[in-house]
Amino acid sequence: MNLKRKMLTALALWAGLALTTGTVLAQNNVLRIVPHSNLAVLDPIWTTAYMSRNHGYMIYDTLFGTDEHAKIKPQMVESWTESADHRLWTFKLRKGLEFHDGKPVTGEDVTASLARWGKRDAMGSALMQFVQRMDSPTPDTFRIFLGEACGFVLEALGKPSSSVPFIMPKRIAETDAFKQIEEHIGSGPYTFKRDEFKPGDKAVYLKNTKYVPRSEPPSGTTGGKNVYVDRVEWNLALRDAQAQVSALQKGEVDIIEALGFDHFETVKADKNLQLPKYATLGLQYMARFNHLSKPFDNAKVRQAALAAFSQEPFLRAQVGVKELYKTCPGIFVCGTPYGSAVGSEIQSKSNMKKAQDLLKASGYDGTPIVIMKPTDLASIQKLPDVAAQLLRQAGFKVDLQAMDWQTLVGRRAKKDAPDKGGWHMFLTAWQTFDVWSPIANPTMDTRGEKSTWFGWATDDKLVELRNQFMRATEEPAKKKLAEAMQTRAFEVATHAVLGEYDQPMAATKNVSGFFVTNGNIYWNLKKN
Amino acid sequence: MYAFLARRIAATIPVLLIVSVLVFLMLRLTPGDPAAVLAGDAASTEQIAQIRTSLGLDRSIPEQFVIWFGHTIAGDLGQSFYYKTNVATLIGQRIEPTLSLALVTITIAVLVAVPLGVLAAWRFGSWLDRGLMGFSVLGFSIPVFVLAYLLIWGVSLKLGWLPVQGYKRLADGIGPWLYHLTLPAITLSVIYIALIARVTRASVLETLGEDYIRTARAKGLPESTVLMRHALANAAVPIATVIGIGIALLIGGVVVTESVYAIPGLGRLTVDAVLARDFPTIQGVILLFSVVYVGINLLVDLSYVFFDPRIRY
Repeated sequence: MNLKRKMLTALALWAGLALTTGTVLAQNNVLRIVPHSNLAVLDPIWTTAYMSRNHGYMIYDTLFGTDEHAKIKPQMVESWTESADHRLWTFKLRKGLEFHDGKPVTGEDVTASLARWGKRDAMGSALMQFVQRMDSPTPDTFRIFLGEACGFVLEALGKPSSSVPFIMPKRIAETDAFKQIEEHIGSGPYTFKRDEFKPGDKAVYLKNTKYVPRSEPPSGTTGGKNVYVDRVEWNLALRDAQAQVSALQKGEVDIIEALGFDHFETVKADKNLQLPKYATLGLQYMARFNHLSKPFDNAKVRQAALAAFSQEPFLRAQVGVKELYKTCPGIFVCGTPYGSAVGSEIQSKSNMKKAQDLLKASGYDGTPIVIMKPTDLASIQKLPDVAAQLLRQAGFKVDLQAMDWQTLVGRRAKKDAPDKGGWHMFLTAWQTFDVWSPIANPTMDTRGEKSTWFGWATDDKLVELRNQFMRATEEPAKKKLAEAMQTRAFEVATHAVLGEYDQPMAATKNVSGFFVTNGNIYWNLKKN
Repeated sequence: MYAFLARRIAATIPVLLIVSVLVFLMLRLTPGDPAAVLAGDAASTEQIAQIRTSLGLDRSIPEQFVIWFGHTIAGDLGQSFYYKTNVATLIGQRIEPTLSLALVTITIAVLVAVPLGVLAAWRFGSWLDRGLMGFSVLGFSIPVFVLAYLLIWGVSLKLGWLPVQGYKRLADGIGPWLYHLTLPAITLSVIYIALIARVTRASVLETLGEDYIRTARAKGLPESTVLMRHALANAAVPIATVIGIGIALLIGGVVVTESVYAIPGLGRLTVDAVLARDFPTIQGVILLFSVVYVGINLLVDLSYVFFDPRIRY
């Protein structure tokens, strides 16, 4: 065989390979998504990880949902009543609800699911403090009996963020709340293809053909969960940001859930790609002080830091794309039912001179502030540098310590002194739905070392206001209490809010049906 | 020979023991908490403590070691904290992509580098030799991820010849398997081509100055026979050593390539496990790497007998 013939043979072989593979890839009814992270834990009640929550939304359904304007609306529930004293809640499930194993969803499944969720989730356990008992008088009904009235029953049942009260079959929901479930059967719009799940590689979901969607248009986690594709594949292996964009440009994937800010303009300029508007509320950046460690055990020192933390520098450095961020002085997020600027003046109308004066007046002794900087989390890694610079300008000494995110996550749980492995400050980002409610917002738990979140703020007045908020049943009263809580939180400087941003999502132009979800939700999407 | 083999195999036992103890201790003494990773960002300190207890991390380090070591001796690598899957199963899922990538990479590298090295030695000082030396400097210098991005841009996006990312198992057919592996393998092979070509050139150059080469030429043997049967065969020992080390490095060190090309192999598994502080997985993978290193070194040593009959064990 001469050289020319050899080359022709080789070319023919390559063409054959390309054609074969091309045929395999041409699956129009498969939606190929690159999620923001890896999926490891398949029990969305056991962990608060967002990826597990997103997995939960694929296969489970919820009693209520939260629409794009943060309003609670029914989902599995058809109708409900509330007694005059707000202590008895009766819910009727809508018809046609069925688990993936073919069994109908009953009130007993619901009460078992809520009981397990109430042992794990912060808002769930807050609700369970009020719950005397739950029962299911008929298969399609369940009741919640409260010991005293509380104003967040629906808010808790419809919460869309970490630890969503997903409804599972009773036999699965009866699993010890501190052990992970082994079966993954829900009644949601997709079924989980367990045999194709390869951790770190891919997760596969199939359309649940028996799912009966609601008739309302989709909005947030409410409305009709219509599925127009046969199969959804999460590509868990594709983590490199540049390779993600290349794969999207080549059409090997359809959606990048969390597009890096650096690639925003590239995608925007590509006529074959789109940047779907899926969020109106976005995410919130936050700096958390350790209230147990000197000097941040002193409110005046925290106030000085708050005064130094103008939001714009953080947003400009971290996000960079003007159209993706906005300043918002409110703790409970602008555009939500409790979003307001009340009481925020110490930070929103502050300047460096004021920060310096406050620090001088605080009696700060020059203790270096240990800021933990995660070097491997692109979405927040620039924030600590900005914080360090602003604190230095205000007169603080700063010890900026670089580490990977998981080291930070482990270290922030330590209550030791900063020079003995503890910390003074870390910065993070929250999905709006985790912080817009005065009950769900972890920084509003100010019970000192009993607080459920790191930083362990102590303030009895805020504890009292939060308790009042839990018991308030009328919306105007709740709003007023939320404002009072925010004012107090700024007074004692529980933490610093550093502005809000939209996490861009990128998709190919042949995917349509995006709507405002304020999260990573994959129903209603069509692929042409 | 058999005595040598038995000695070498027996020598792996203390190596693995030392590796086990060191890895175990290093993991326990480095900062980071697997329970905090599993619990998620919004978890409370109480939830994290409960998870820590359920993973057995609240026990003392010696106690944890005894439990882990007992299981390992019995052939049980344990269950991944992060994935809740048996570590041996996880390794089983990930070993094929890594071995495939290593195999294709080293095949490309050997097929390209050895002839180039021989040619460069044969034409010492010529433009070919200088060109090869220049290429090898470039091959050593260019970071793998930069080369990967360049190749993706050129070969995948502009020419559309090969996919940007992904891996197809051999069970899906040799065509799709090779189609997905070609670009990552080319990316990774550049540095090995540079290395093997340099070593081949130096080694062949040395043998070309030997008396027996002059004798072979004097006998009137064709130059190709002189080069392949006399020069290359006698220069093979250092080349085989480099190739062996290359294979071992490839199996444990393809993290960047696997990440850029989304290949779910052992490198990616190791990084994920380290980031998640998934102790059982890290321990299992490192034990595997140790066995691979020891095994490949043994094979390389044995190959010397084949290349140089004067060597006896």
